[in-house]
Amino acid sequence: MVEERFMPNVSMTVNGVAVSANVDSRTLLAQFVRDNLHLTGTHIGCDTSQCGACVVHVDGRAVKSCTTLAVSCEGASVTTIEGIGTPDHLHPMQAAFRENHGLQCGFCTPGMIMSAIDIVNRKGNSLDEHTIREELEGNICRCTGYHNIVKAVSAGAQAMSGK
Amino acid sequence: MSSATGIGASVLRKEDFRFITGKGQYTDDINRQGQAYAYFLRSPHAHATIKKLDISAAKKAAGVVGVLTGDDLAADKVGGLICGWMIHNKDGSPMKAGAHPALAQGKVRYVGDHVAVVIADTYSQAKDAADLIVVEYGVLPAVVDMNDAVKKGATVIHDVASDNRVYDWHLGDKAATEAAFKKAKHITKLDLVNNRLIPNAMEPRAAVGDYDSGQEQFTLYTTSQNPHVARLVLSAFIGIAPEHKLRVIAPDVGGGFGSKIFIYAEETVCVWAAKKVGRPVKWTADRTEAFLSDAHGRDHLTHAEMAMDDKGKILGLRVHTKANLGAYLSTFSSCVPTYLYAPLLSGQYDIPAIYAEVDGIYTNTAPVDAYRGAGRPEATFVVERLMEVAARELGMDPAQFRRKNFIRSFPHQTPVIMAYDTGDYVASLDKALEMADYKNFGKRKKESAKHGKLRGIGFSAYIEACGIAPSAAVGSLGAGVGLWESAEVRVNPIGTIEVLTGSHSHGQGHETTFAQLVSDRLGVDINSVAIVHGDTDKVQFGMGTYGSRSGAVGMSAISKALDKVIAKGKKVAAYALEAAEKDIEFKDGRFSVAGTDKSLAFGEVALQAYIAHKFTGAELEPGLKEGAFYDPTNFTFPSGVHICEVEIDPDTGVTKIERWTAVDDFGTIINPMIVEGQVHGGIAQGVGQAMFEGAHYDKNGQLVTASFMDYTMPRADDLPSFEIGTTTTPCTSNPLGIKGCGEAGAIAAPPAVINAITDAIGHENIAMPATPQAVWLACQASRKMAAE
Repeated sequence: MVEERFMPNVSMTVNGVAVSANVDSRTLLAQFVRDNLHLTGTHIGCDTSQCGACVVHVDGRAVKSCTTLAVSCEGASVTTIEGIGTPDHLHPMQAAFRENHGLQCGFCTPGMIMSAIDIVNRKGNSLDEHTIREELEGNICRCTGYHNIVKAVSAGAQAMSGK
Repeated sequence: MSSATGIGASVLRKEDFRFITGKGQYTDDINRQGQAYAYFLRSPHAHATIKKLDISAAKKAAGVVGVLTGDDLAADKVGGLICGWMIHNKDGSPMKAGAHPALAQGKVRYVGDHVAVVIADTYSQAKDAADLIVVEYGVLPAVVDMNDAVKKGATVIHDVASDNRVYDWHLGDKAATEAAFKKAKHITKLDLVNNRLIPNAMEPRAAVGDYDSGQEQFTLYTTSQNPHVARLVLSAFIGIAPEHKLRVIAPDVGGGFGSKIFIYAEETVCVWAAKKVGRPVKWTADRTEAFLSDAHGRDHLTHAEMAMDDKGKILGLRVHTKANLGAYLSTFSSCVPTYLYAPLLSGQYDIPAIYAEVDGIYTNTAPVDAYRGAGRPEATFVVERLMEVAARELGMDPAQFRRKNFIRSFPHQTPVIMAYDTGDYVASLDKALEMADYKNFGKRKKESAKHGKLRGIGFSAYIEACGIAPSAAVGSLGAGVGLWESAEVRVNPIGTIEVLTGSHSHGQGHETTFAQLVSDRLGVDINSVAIVHGDTDKVQFGMGTYGSRSGAVGMSAISKALDKVIAKGKKVAAYALEAAEKDIEFKDGRFSVAGTDKSLAFGEVALQAYIAHKFTGAELEPGLKEGAFYDPTNFTFPSGVHICEVEIDPDTGVTKIERWTAVDDFGTIINPMIVEGQVHGGIAQGVGQAMFEGAHYDKNGQLVTASFMDYTMPRADDLPSFEIGTTTTPCTSNPLGIKGCGEAGAIAAPPAVINAITDAIGHENIAMPATPQAVWLACQASRKMAAE
């Protein structure tokens, strides 16, 4: 009665933990971390790879998980917003978003923070406003007008140098 | 200010921790045991009859647990979606509202209209099965343009409105306005398009419906700005279940901007279907569904005229607006282009006579309803474009022309309903001119010209009416509900506090600002205060968050409840301290006996209230819990001046905002950091409307801007940093003096941008969004005019 779909196995490391599951081959990485691993901090804000709410790090690089197939991450090391800091030891970029009021509704925030860390990894700790604004091109926020996000990324980048 | 966490302090937000660590709980993060997933089959046609709907193959598909249609809704006697504000025509007859079933019943009226729902074990299975539904459509002509919709012989969208006109409404004194125009020495005339927008909160709408057959209890988790209003409508009008058998929970909500006020088809269907299929039913919009089916905003065509005497004093204003209401009347759609629009047409100015006519029109497009500002941005765009153009035509400085016509004394009764309580428009203008370095603008313009660039400056002196509003007043204007707010302050025995509020936070920071009020008034640690909202089983009732009302109305309700807590605390303290109640004073968190050193901390009095050892039940009820309903006595009137300075490259049409100055009067400010954040976000949305965003339907009613690839959202590199200032005249109509700040930026910004661009390019003929292409074409037209 019910047709059997091919459910390939995928294994990867997510936030330092080895995970493995049989998934529908069309499962996206965003769906895998949200539905299979219950890591719901990674958000899905669009379906065209535009908004960046779903950004995670795959092998150290920022990736839009809503347009990445989970099976393409076989063997990869994935970091989500839940994996960058602990409640007692926030990542400096997390702390900077709070201290600079860089979030309002919070929906774009995990993707913003993951992108911001990636910007620092690529561009260094001393970022001018123009660079930050250009580099945030792939992340949309509807609440903040970006003013305080730019401040947060700048402050977070500096704080990361002291890490 | 009593402490570092009281009123006026930029306290960091209490809610942020869960959001920065990925622990927020949005509706799509909620999963119920055994849940199934809903996929909505939507109409690909803008206007069609449904001749045949065959769901038999879909029902048999893998994983499918149910396929439901409009026939099932009708069989279960589920009512249609409603519009909660009755507007009357000029002749006194009621507006013409067509039926709005949650799933189509015989006809579809816009692309994205809901034809059927498929519910399956997984979302992919539901989507796959929807492909197996066979629909035979009888395609009808579609009408998307308002002018076409009201032409004789146009296709009829709802039989009840044979001319596609929902209403023809007016406000003001027509005869007095015509008399004013007869006296005029100069008349400025403008035709304006207020472009259609798509709200695009970053969290798409979502719903999880659940039904407990043992308790006969429905639960709906949903992305709502006002869960109690949702429950009221779902119970009283749609008939899902009586209120005591329906719990609505709006958990963390990822932005609303108006679009999550309304009661939509999908949420309605999910909660109803949960009982039908015997499983929890979850639906989350993908972004294209959000574009197609979230209520859109704005979409006005306006002809406006302003009459002035020979000295530049405004004598009168007349406005005729056509407002696109889409294919169905959304929950509050009817009031947006009427009572939230025309009463703001006096702006900050002393205008003796105003007359406004508004035609509400059906088209084969998505429903249009409130979007950040809701009517007030449209009014401000009319007034502030007229002011700028009139100043140019009269050869007056635009700041000076505004100053000349400002209202100077308060209270001020306008000719269009509103009685402004306070304001100091001159103060805001002066401060903004100073901050924007207006006196040196000419030098900067010359400097730009040296580099082949065009520099322009544009003003916007806006007013808005917020809080919304005295219940009796809105009732007399056609509202189906009251617009008060509720609060309950529950003091626990050890002095920690839960505040239950009918307001809902979806980015505004209520968990912080409301706690600041409590910390300030009761002298308690802000961390001992929890704000509870968004759950109809916890909070008894509330009207929700929109119209910049949660500070002015929601916090006023809390303030009133806190007054009662303090009054009860004094009674308890009197028994505990063995003193007369009249001798008890409350200050800085302590109840003390006047003139003595006898005192008890707030927490100690709370404990005394609960152990009740010092008084009998006949003398005083135990416990410390007080509630309040606060009904505002007037609208609040935030105002301000925004100044936009742009530089345009005439060779490419690229407009760069060089400088943004905002000076706003929000009355009392609880948390300046949060208020500035609200202003930033509002400006970004206003700039988005002015320069980037525009919903576009083709002539067949296909939405061609239905993704972030096609609809331009403002991004970080499109915007400048903003210079924000304030002036303060406390509101006189609520106990805290708060006016509200949530919508100001979106109201102020569009005319400031367009006034700056038209100043730079030297003519008025540019529509929003002023994209590089539009600006380039306008620059070419200017060059041609100069050459001729």
